[in-house]
Amino acid sequence: MTARRKEFHQRVEEAFANPQMRKSVPITQDNLRFGRIRAMEELKNGEAWREIASQIRNHTLDHLQEYVNELITNFEKNGGKAHFAKNGEEAVQTVLSIARKHQAKRVVKSKSMVTEEIHLNHALEEDGINVVETDLGEFIIQLAGETPSHILAPAIHKSRQEVAELFSKEAGRPLTDRTEDLTRYARERLRQEFLDADLGITGCNFAVAESGSIILISNEGNARMTSSLPKVHIVVMGMERVVPTWAELDVLVTMLTRNATGQKLSVYMTAISGPRRAGDLDGPEEVHLIILDNGRSDILESKYREVLKCIRCSACVNVCPVYREIGGHAYGGVYSGPIGAVLTPLLDGMEKNKELPFASSLCGACTEVCPVKIPLHHYLIEERKDLVEKGFLPKQERVTFQAFAFLTSHPLFYRSAVRGAGRLSPMFGRDGVLKKGPGMLAGWTDGRDLPLPAKESFHDWWRRQRGEKR
Amino acid sequence: MKASLFITCLADLFYPQVGKSVVEVLEHYGVEVDFPMGQTCCGQPAYNSGYHEEAKKAAEQMIRVFEGSTYVVSPSGSCAAMFREIYPQLFREDEEWRERAEKLAQKTYEFSEFLVKVLGVKVEAAFPATATYHHSCHMNRFLGVKEEPITLLNQVEGLTLKDLPYSHDCCGFGGTFSVKMKEISTAMADTKLSHVEETDTEILIGSDLGCLMHLGGRLHRQGKEIKTMHVAEVLAKGLKK
Repeated sequence: MTARRKEFHQRVEEAFANPQMRKSVPITQDNLRFGRIRAMEELKNGEAWREIASQIRNHTLDHLQEYVNELITNFEKNGGKAHFAKNGEEAVQTVLSIARKHQAKRVVKSKSMVTEEIHLNHALEEDGINVVETDLGEFIIQLAGETPSHILAPAIHKSRQEVAELFSKEAGRPLTDRTEDLTRYARERLRQEFLDADLGITGCNFAVAESGSIILISNEGNARMTSSLPKVHIVVMGMERVVPTWAELDVLVTMLTRNATGQKLSVYMTAISGPRRAGDLDGPEEVHLIILDNGRSDILESKYREVLKCIRCSACVNVCPVYREIGGHAYGGVYSGPIGAVLTPLLDGMEKNKELPFASSLCGACTEVCPVKIPLHHYLIEERKDLVEKGFLPKQERVTFQAFAFLTSHPLFYRSAVRGAGRLSPMFGRDGVLKKGPGMLAGWTDGRDLPLPAKESFHDWWRRQRGEKR
Repeated sequence: MKASLFITCLADLFYPQVGKSVVEVLEHYGVEVDFPMGQTCCGQPAYNSGYHEEAKKAAEQMIRVFEGSTYVVSPSGSCAAMFREIYPQLFREDEEWRERAEKLAQKTYEFSEFLVKVLGVKVEAAFPATATYHHSCHMNRFLGVKEEPITLLNQVEGLTLKDLPYSHDCCGFGGTFSVKMKEISTAMADTKLSHVEETDTEILIGSDLGCLMHLGGRLHRQGKEIKTMHVAEVLAKGLKK
């Protein structure tokens, strides 16, 4: 939460002051984005897949309450216990009460952005419970005392050397920066955590309503350990994660893995339909499902409803040229990149996050790749419009655009302004350019030379050459 | 055939030679060009910044001005996209203006798109140089005009066009983004320019003066030799008369 307290531009400055991040992010971003292109090309008719995936998500949102109810009914039929949480606080309290009931002291976690959203770890630790993140990336940033900087590669900003330093400190002995040594250490260290844990907490990639099943997708197998070794398993899911049937799950998982990492399927896909049954050799004795609203119902009723179609593949993050430069922490929220720029103001408040919708050049690369067709860059413009209408932007800006509107709708004044700029320009610049502009122009000239307005505008040239026709 | 030139404010103010090149090329291919004097700016800076009421004022002016035109041709993919994609949306709740906006949308073309799709020209130009081409985002993604400028440039005698790595990535201009988020915008320009330098060419060609002003301004600030040119300038400079 400390990152949130800082202003956006300050976070950007910090990002630019971090050469390691600026080196690491583009490398991983490229691996993921080019992997995605290959994997989608293999599907041949990628556009048709996108359309179907988008329709599935739209249909689900249109009937969200029904499918959530069906999920709850079937999940409880399987022997699980479902809870509904209106907000983060309710979800945290539910987790805490289950933990207290079982006198849990040690918790292992896996695969959950949504528990970041509700700041669960902090609450558990306040209650004297030891929490260990078991995804390798999450484990790394937990040791570093940081938040995730990417939706699926949370430690994307760290180098192998940095990881080696963190692990060496944790291990109390020097480790090399060889990948094998680092993963071996993490595996040994985490194995004991799995065995000792009283409680396993996971997120939920999807939940199938027709069978009441929770679907976890991972490459490391830690989600399986987290959900099967401790006696109690708690799943925290955003209410929009539901999928009607297994047939639709098939499409969405295909789109998720291909768009996320360029994999046809991830290494592990776990379906959990309830606690262990009589005669089962393993599995938890209790499974709880906490379905979180936390502002999602409001989004569902709003013009931004399609943002709930997101399947957290991070394809938009991986193609984003802004993310490439500033990394994930600059976004200041749980979700980074274009989806974070859209979602964070909706979940966490517009005014508090008013810079985020502007942290995009509106190039549209995000909208182009989104496997469920969320109109991301249109939403960014819509949020900017909301910020203007709510009066959250500087007054000076409004005045400037009012002047713009006057000039653009009064051609005589517009032409005089252009002509005036052309006549005045030689007084300010040298060498055909302006190097240090006054006022708002400084924003441009801080990094780039500005060409001087032409001595004769096109309008004036045309009038001189061809006369005024219309 | 008649076509109206939509000059765009950046070309009007900073790059009138691009407008002159467009006129020269179109006239070379037998198009009767006119220039409605009442045109101003498409309103994109206001629209993208969230000032939609202010953008509508500009849009109404432009719709009125081009209502009598057969075709509207613009040397900017981004501004053409504003006419084609955004105006009908901007007036979605106002039937009269929406219909007028849709009519304008249907007859608006980006310069290279007009040459290839409407005129079907065979380029008659020679311009000996090595160059690379930057695909501007709005033209590429929103107008769907991807290959047309390349098709034209590939026909120019003596011009060696080299592939730009990461050619579809944004240059970082983004209208008011370039000022509001100047650090990010400049960093994106540097990333783009590092790819341009990899091509080892003399000229960076583009179809959008916003991107060219941004990248050209950065090149100039850094004292780099690489020149920026609009497609229309390349075609006009090498026109065989």
